Amino acid sequence: MKNIFYSISGLIGLMLFAASCQKDVSDRTTNLPALQAINSDTSAGTWRTILLSRPDSFAVAAPLPTTSPLYLADIFEIKALQKSLTKDQEGIVKYWAAGGTFRWNEIMRGLVAKYNLPPVANSDTSYPIPNANNPLAYPLFPFSNPPYAARAYAYVAGAQYDALVACWYYKMKYKRAAPYKFDSSVSTKFINKSNLPSYPSEAAVLAGVTTEMMKLLFPGEIGNIQAKLIEHEQATIMSGAATRADITAGEALGRQVAELFIARARADNAGKAVGTPADWSNFITIQTNQGLTPWYSLETPKRPPMLPLFYKVKPFLFDSATVVSLRPGPPPAVGSDQMNKDIAEVAGFVKNPSVENHRIVTYWADGVGTYTPPGHWNAIAAEDFIKQNYSEVRFARNLALLDLTMMDAAIVCWDIKYHYFNPRPSQVDPSIKTLTGVPNFPAYVSGHSVFSGAASTILGYILPANAATYSAMAQEAANSRLIGGIHYRTDCEVGLSVGANVGGHAIQRAQNDGAN
Amino acid sequence: MKKKTILYFSLALGFTLVASLAKSQTADDAIMMGKKQWCNGLTYMYSGWKNYWEGTFKRENKNLGTVSTQSVMFMSTYGITNRLNAIVSIPYVWTHASAGTLHGLKGFQDIEMNIKYEFYSTKLGKNGNLSLFAVGGLSTPLQKYENDFLPMSIGLGSTNLSGRLTADYQKGIFFATASSAFEWRSDVTIDRTSYYTDQIHYTNKVDMPNQLNSNFFVGIRKPNLIIQAQLLNMYSFGGFDIRKNDMPFVSNQMNMTSVGGHVKYFFPFSPNLAVVADADFTVAGRNMGQSQMYSGGLYYVVSF
Repeated sequence: MKNIFYSISGLIGLMLFAASCQKDVSDRTTNLPALQAINSDTSAGTWRTILLSRPDSFAVAAPLPTTSPLYLADIFEIKALQKSLTKDQEGIVKYWAAGGTFRWNEIMRGLVAKYNLPPVANSDTSYPIPNANNPLAYPLFPFSNPPYAARAYAYVAGAQYDALVACWYYKMKYKRAAPYKFDSSVSTKFINKSNLPSYPSEAAVLAGVTTEMMKLLFPGEIGNIQAKLIEHEQATIMSGAATRADITAGEALGRQVAELFIARARADNAGKAVGTPADWSNFITIQTNQGLTPWYSLETPKRPPMLPLFYKVKPFLFDSATVVSLRPGPPPAVGSDQMNKDIAEVAGFVKNPSVENHRIVTYWADGVGTYTPPGHWNAIAAEDFIKQNYSEVRFARNLALLDLTMMDAAIVCWDIKYHYFNPRPSQVDPSIKTLTGVPNFPAYVSGHSVFSGAASTILGYILPANAATYSAMAQEAANSRLIGGIHYRTDCEVGLSVGANVGGHAIQRAQNDGAN
Repeated sequence: MKKKTILYFSLALGFTLVASLAKSQTADDAIMMGKKQWCNGLTYMYSGWKNYWEGTFKRENKNLGTVSTQSVMFMSTYGITNRLNAIVSIPYVWTHASAGTLHGLKGFQDIEMNIKYEFYSTKLGKNGNLSLFAVGGLSTPLQKYENDFLPMSIGLGSTNLSGRLTADYQKGIFFATASSAFEWRSDVTIDRTSYYTDQIHYTNKVDMPNQLNSNFFVGIRKPNLIIQAQLLNMYSFGGFDIRKNDMPFVSNQMNMTSVGGHVKYFFPFSPNLAVVADADFTVAGRNMGQSQMYSGGLYYVVSF
């Protein structure tokens, strides 16, 4: 009996030991240092905005004098909060101290991933269409697929940038020093001191503008988004970076700037991008009339093509005529020697894929349930920007350049895809099995390639030291679609060059926005 | 001989997980090799499912059709003493989807090693015998494989430590075995820098839920023949549900219960040679395929 007792307790002991081994998986961005801008960018109030006609289009009243009892009450609030910070609150303060633009971008990527799920077919083999006016009913609105996501990132980043330009304008106009400059007993344990004026608070501007944009784009998330706004603002007060009055003024300014972008979004044609059954069949007719093989969905039941009228969405960096001018010549026709060669190449890649090929395909897949290729490039850029110690306004400017570029890249890419409407490799040769899901839209040109060509071009301009790395990443992203069996080489090569052309328009903007 | 059961190359969507690869020479039964006896075997297994549970919602997917996993497993058991056995198994696995475009994967999956110790044995009742066993196990991938392409992946990629307790009672030719193992699973690394579970994660590391694997066998056991009915259960402590129309993921909460049978027979003309056959059917699950599993194998015992 003793024997049993020892054996069992020994085994249980071992199990407890194993169970106690830490399995803490934490995000690589959890413990970032507090933002410490190398340059405060005090002239950012003069930078060229996107929609805002003037930095002072929306009035921000002068702050109360520091002798006012209300100001003193605000200072007291900070100190009272700082006295009783819990561990959880300290964690939240540190989280936001890394940078508001960065954190809201992370939150945005999470929303895109959460909503990037294609609706399930109805029992009659049709597919339900998400409804912005009833976002919580299935299918949830939105289905944040790549074009939806590209546009969403752009509206959020663009609005953040314009709002921060206005914020900087008023900061330099009123020059209200930060609370810790006024009262040295205000703690700055979790932030870096700065000479940047604190009124209006850039954190609250970001919280206000981002919240409004996210509510438009992810209307089912209003409660969660509002909670983040409160958390961000409260964390900023607790950190000693801003007073309640700085916050209130900032949030109001942010919300007003958002209204400009919301008005544009409501009229940019994205709401009509799903198209109608007549639109869908028209694409087929056009191809068939030219004696060409039209694309069809490889899903069962056949799913209508993803946002076929997205090409009509109004771009940010150029006009709609430019979209058409960026369209390349046609892809090789099905049955042509070139197409047969391309097909054979794809079939060769998927015949016996290596572990390394699987890794590359998976790394760049960015498919269902992910933050999409534009989100992947946001992650790459944002984590590199953090290392640059940018001011909030410069961080937002650079992210906006990236995201405006990728939205316009999506529009240009969708124009090409639906103009040529050509089939995927597995449609032409059903024996081709793929290392990732086949996207439900035409092949030519590769969306990943256009996004990556565009993103690497503008990022290479922003961070020239990283240009070669970005270019190599874009090549790998494009190549991943070829070796994954879902694109021909032509789709990827032409896609990269179309993307680079879109990126060139972004560079032109960047060279002339006053931020250099 | 013993059995190897539950080869967790589960595939989230579960196809597999089906336990029971070859039921012969495994960590979860009550059979021991004698001292200096060495048993080697090869087992082929087919497991397939058409329906799966997306969370607790049972559905089919016409873009997958029937997802199958096949494997050939080499298993080797050595009797260090009459009461202490070492068991090693190495499976080669390949997957296939009958519909849609997803590519099957193939390769060596996870090597599994177990040390099984019969720490107590006593007569109990007329012609009855009660035995208790403790088993310590370790499994780990033999090579890198793509674990982030479920349900086509051949495995999940974690390194697992397990501790098992087994009780067996035999009376005459009739027996019953109850066994349960707690499995601690390491984090896994995926080929992405971010993923969504019930929230976004900015890391390529995934926290894997630990599991409890239990089985109950009842049947007849003679020196040259075993016939048993079996009930298997796998339970994950944590993990998350596949969202509606999302892909499965390594850290889904994979639970399943299956019923089946197992036969082992030693040929009279060659008493060291045994044939084994298994069938197992998933009756309930979560984030798993409702699989039907069949396997068969041959074992040969050498005595030194």
